[in-house]
Amino acid sequence: MIVARREVITGRLLLVALVAFTVLPFLSLLSAALQPSDSTPLGIQWPSDPQWSNFVDAFNVAQMPALLWSSVLIVLGVVPVAVVISTMAGFAIGHLRIPGGRPLFLLFLLGLTLPFEGIITPLYYLVRGLGILNTKWAIILPLIGLYMPFAVFWMRAHFINMPRELSEAARVDGASTWDLFRHIHLPMARPAISALTILLSVWTWNQFLLALVLVEDPLQRTMAGALGAYQGHYATNIPLLCAGSLLILTPTLVVFLLFQRQFISALLQGSLKG
Amino acid sequence: MDDSVLLRVGHRVPAASRLRTSRWRGVRSPHLVGWLFVVPALAMYAAFVLLPLALTVQYSLYRWDGIGPSQWVGLKNYATVLTDPDLVGVILNAFKLIFFFSLIPVGLGLVVASVMQRVARGRFGTVTRTVLFLPQIIPLVAAGIAWKWVLSTSGVVNQVLSAVGLDGVTRAWLGDFDFALPAVGIIGAWVLIGLCTILLLTGMSKIDPALYESARLDGAGAVQEFRSITLPSLRQEIGVCITVTVIAALASFDIVYIATGGGPGLATTVPGLDIYQLAFAGRSVGLASALAVVLFILVLVCVLPIQRLARGDET
Repeated sequence: MIVARREVITGRLLLVALVAFTVLPFLSLLSAALQPSDSTPLGIQWPSDPQWSNFVDAFNVAQMPALLWSSVLIVLGVVPVAVVISTMAGFAIGHLRIPGGRPLFLLFLLGLTLPFEGIITPLYYLVRGLGILNTKWAIILPLIGLYMPFAVFWMRAHFINMPRELSEAARVDGASTWDLFRHIHLPMARPAISALTILLSVWTWNQFLLALVLVEDPLQRTMAGALGAYQGHYATNIPLLCAGSLLILTPTLVVFLLFQRQFISALLQGSLKG
Repeated sequence: MDDSVLLRVGHRVPAASRLRTSRWRGVRSPHLVGWLFVVPALAMYAAFVLLPLALTVQYSLYRWDGIGPSQWVGLKNYATVLTDPDLVGVILNAFKLIFFFSLIPVGLGLVVASVMQRVARGRFGTVTRTVLFLPQIIPLVAAGIAWKWVLSTSGVVNQVLSAVGLDGVTRAWLGDFDFALPAVGIIGAWVLIGLCTILLLTGMSKIDPALYESARLDGAGAVQEFRSITLPSLRQEIGVCITVTVIAALASFDIVYIATGGGPGLATTVPGLDIYQLAFAGRSVGLASALAVVLFILVLVCVLPIQRLARGDET
């Protein structure tokens, strides 16, 4: 494509402006985080004496290692189970075409646009009834259920495009339904499964509402939930709040920058299908 | 699979897999086996989505403080949700947010994506994409905290305004009755612009360049090109962007909870936040549930027509 020089310059200026708008809040956090703790910082300014020690303080105050560990455990509790059971269901609905699969699929679709707030009240009483309020299970179990509409939808979309001849040939060779699933279709579904894994991990890590309502102890929460609690406690000490927020963001940012290609394509596909 | 097939080809079946097959023999029908694959997902979905959904509907017909006995009130809670000025205002707030969460990101996204398509190749393009995508992967809570600080009395926005001599305009943006909701809207726009831009850009890269060439031969300008080629080809992507952002606006919670807590007054309270406050602080579980049902219906009513329009004749 041939593009005029002037267009290139104005175009790039627009993009640079948008990039600046996007990073502005992050820069603002960093600038405030380096001001003396307990001072009232002003806007963005490079501090005369950057207080890197604020990060150390925030690290200790927020109990970062414990927070990280809790979030990791929650992700490990949610994502593998959710991926496995939704892959099985997607396989049955999309490929095996079980009788009654169509209404069943519509039932799952019903939940696709359901805002979490819509069922948070009964979830609270349900989780309390199960005796798991204020434990990680209070986030893990409901999240698996809440992810089912999207995850089943996603995996069905993959399996519905798999040629049926493949399974028929394997059947002729005497493969059971489980063999078919485990040895033929599971390996071929890897791209769909890994994208789903990325999506569910990001969503779990960032889940706030369930953590806020169902778990009081920040050390049993997701990263987003912990950040919310941290903000509640340190709202008045802006430098420490900003340093803590940046620290809590760091793991996400590092993982994103390392795997950005996979992240972007997973999130794009995720919204295209959803 | 039917047994006669197995018998006919039986001699070719390796012993090991014949053994494995026989495990399913007792079950007989492959359909039943298929249903077994669905059971775990369905069970989790039923327990943690369908059951709570049914309970929400049930609660919405009662007056209940969450502790004591409940009292049947029929549809009275729904009448309150749809007539009480405060609650109607809260629902309207969600619709006002659509302007910021949907219109700005989709509109600006279209412009930025077509600019990126033309001038941002190579390294510059990659870096731009990555940065624009950042708001999508950080928790909304973090976006709320960062912007709360940016928009505060001593934040960057006021710092810049003062620097250019507009001291008179500076204010606590999130604490101002007139500006708090638009300010929350800007935060939402910030989160969603990148996603929309990159979604639309992906769509644009699928358009056949020959279309543009022939348009140019016919003497079409950039604007005409955009209207007659780019927009129609992006119907599905635009549909997706609108769907995602409208849901984000109607069901917003995290950003509002962190940035304003719904204040000042009820200026930025949205249905999601009000459900939370009514149920857990206000102890009006019935009313909160009625609002939840109304919210769910509103989302469906807004999203289904968009989906139909976007998919439309393409299928």
